[in-house]
Amino acid sequence: MITAAVPEREDYLNVSHGLKSWLLTKDHKRIGLLYLATITLFFFLGGVFATVIRIELLTPGGGLVSSETYNKLFTMHGVTMIFFFLLPSIPAVFGNFFLPMMIGARDLAFPRINLLSWYLLVVGGLFALFAMLAGGVDTGWTFYTPYSTTYSNTWVIATALGIFVAGFSSILTGLNFIVTIHRMRAPGMTWFRMPLFVWAHYATALIQVLGTPVLAVTIVLVFCERVFHIGIFDPALGGDPVLFQHLFWFYSHPAVYIMILPAMGVVSELVSTFSRKAIFGYRIVAFSSVAIAVLGFLVWGHHMFVSGQSLFAGMAFSFLSYFVAIPSAIKVFNWTATLYKGSISYATPMLYAFGFIGLFTMGGLTGLFVAALGIDVHVTDTYFVVAHFHYIMVGGAIMGYMGGLHYWWPKMTGRMYPEGWAKLSALVIFLGFNLTFFPQFILGYLGMPRRYHTYPAEFQILHVLSTAGASVLAVGYAIPMIYFAWSLRYGKVAGANPWGATGLEWKTASPPPLHNFDKIPVVTHDAYDYSTVVGEAVEVG
Amino acid sequence: MASTLQEQFDTEAQQKDASTLGMWIFLITEVMFFGGMFTAYTVYRRAYSDAFAVASSSLNVTIGAINTAVLLVSSFTMVMAVRAAQLGQRRTLILFLVATLIFGGIFLGVKAYEWNEKFEQHHVPGPSFHLEGVPQQSHAQLFFSLYFAMTGLHALHMVIGVGIISWLIWLARQGRFTAEYNTPVDIAGLYWHFVDIIWIFLFPLLYLIDRHLPK
Repeated sequence: MITAAVPEREDYLNVSHGLKSWLLTKDHKRIGLLYLATITLFFFLGGVFATVIRIELLTPGGGLVSSETYNKLFTMHGVTMIFFFLLPSIPAVFGNFFLPMMIGARDLAFPRINLLSWYLLVVGGLFALFAMLAGGVDTGWTFYTPYSTTYSNTWVIATALGIFVAGFSSILTGLNFIVTIHRMRAPGMTWFRMPLFVWAHYATALIQVLGTPVLAVTIVLVFCERVFHIGIFDPALGGDPVLFQHLFWFYSHPAVYIMILPAMGVVSELVSTFSRKAIFGYRIVAFSSVAIAVLGFLVWGHHMFVSGQSLFAGMAFSFLSYFVAIPSAIKVFNWTATLYKGSISYATPMLYAFGFIGLFTMGGLTGLFVAALGIDVHVTDTYFVVAHFHYIMVGGAIMGYMGGLHYWWPKMTGRMYPEGWAKLSALVIFLGFNLTFFPQFILGYLGMPRRYHTYPAEFQILHVLSTAGASVLAVGYAIPMIYFAWSLRYGKVAGANPWGATGLEWKTASPPPLHNFDKIPVVTHDAYDYSTVVGEAVEVG
Repeated sequence: MASTLQEQFDTEAQQKDASTLGMWIFLITEVMFFGGMFTAYTVYRRAYSDAFAVASSSLNVTIGAINTAVLLVSSFTMVMAVRAAQLGQRRTLILFLVATLIFGGIFLGVKAYEWNEKFEQHHVPGPSFHLEGVPQQSHAQLFFSLYFAMTGLHALHMVIGVGIISWLIWLARQGRFTAEYNTPVDIAGLYWHFVDIIWIFLFPLLYLIDRHLPK
């Protein structure tokens, strides 16, 4: 033998092979990819439910499915999208993959717990999936008592157990992030040199560890109530159904920030990278993440303005809810100020960042409407609320997720995605999203209640517009699935730093080696110091 | 001896620091977890204070106090086990871990006796529930629902603790702990004390409230 094989550079993907090397991996990068595959499946499943809902709503009479089936569809859409897609999405995929790299660590502090958290999500997902296949659940994703504990004849317990188990996945991820950020930073990586993505994940992790256990105990009580009928939420036995709502929203409102804060972290990275400027007011943006996490725990009562809460409590919660607008607006203003005199390039991730800023602003401003006591009484449980939170969760969180996916795809896979197709699909998603959800603001303001599958004929035109938008949106999500898969084999090979970005994750090869860095970096500059990347290849499309 | 340092860490000190911080954060999540039940307890105690006082006085304070003492002693033996581990004294470590295990077992045994008593006295929520001296049976029943939920959740944590200590004994017998490496004993100790503290709150809330409510 005289020919020597070309030595293949060893990276985290080719260092070991076989199913076992993935299912028993302790590498945070591989676990991130396991999460990516898992939540993509759940996103598809949740999308299927949404599709049937939108087709059903094409006609006012409702003929496609029965009322009972419709109740199950919107419940399972909400449960799947919130607990099995949005909550894990950015933290579990990009947080897992990039948080250790961004602070110059070889892995998270607890790699085995990290793997355990993925298995918990899978087990929780299987419980929920079983419930859906066995006949579904119809309580709404909010599981309000006493309907969920006494009257519903659907698979409440299996679904709730699934959420309970998946909750521990979220808790362990947050715990791992906090310890990693405190104890694993590379030499020179001070708190105020950390990328804002890391700050956003620190704030997110605080909510995960402080909020999720309360949801867990609430589910335990719902379980006891449903199985043993202990009366804790049953007014007939002296229990208080509003107590359930307090406990539920104590977690589930902050959970909204588990979904949006990581997306804000992604957008900070994108805005800086593609305008080649440090984020304007770095420290205040970092603190605004923590402020959102803290304030987020003080506003849950705004979900209960019409639930028999006292007027004083309603006023206090309304007032406090307005405070969340301050750190949120600080972020939007500071991203915009960062663009000023920046060297802006319109690569796909930046398009998603722009989409995020615009749509999040709309979602946030309509949030002020629903936080106002008087207006909320009018729009409670209408499509106005549905449109509002979809602007935050789809327009905000998923835009951030898609932006991050395009931004870091070359680092994760070593391949570029096709820029032209990616720009097209970003545009399609933006248009489809607005066409789907803007009409819902009008519908809700005119009085169309949520969770009904029949409606007066005069609402049909707006519902048809919304369904048309959903079809466009579906196309927009399908295109990336195809070209990402295509790029794995045929995409242009990406260099270490295709965007000319500053983060430590770009200072190592694409895809990275098993322990991320050949040598642990020593940090001497602030985040977003573009003097450190002068002269590096920039292939921005 | 095989290295106890995992590859993501640079030093043993960093590894121990991270593990300890991780356990403290886990305990914070536990506070929030139990917190939901304490909130429910507070709401209903305020709403139905008379029924709660009568229901509380039906509990056996003597047995509850004995169990509290047993648990406190187990915390002491756990501290001594941590100390022995830090000094690298293997035999003493095993001795105190076994003592902790025994006291934990006694607590659970007494708890099981108490629960059994409740079944015999018809104090378990359900169709045959009955408590003398309470006009609204369902309100007293709420007290016992919370009693079983809270002491049950606490007992579950005790069972997990007993499992962890058995595992530590097994590791200690193999000589896995040294004066340099004893983090598992240390953080298991944190957990054990935490479960103790939960009981320190449960005991007055469940057993002693009738003593300061207006009769």
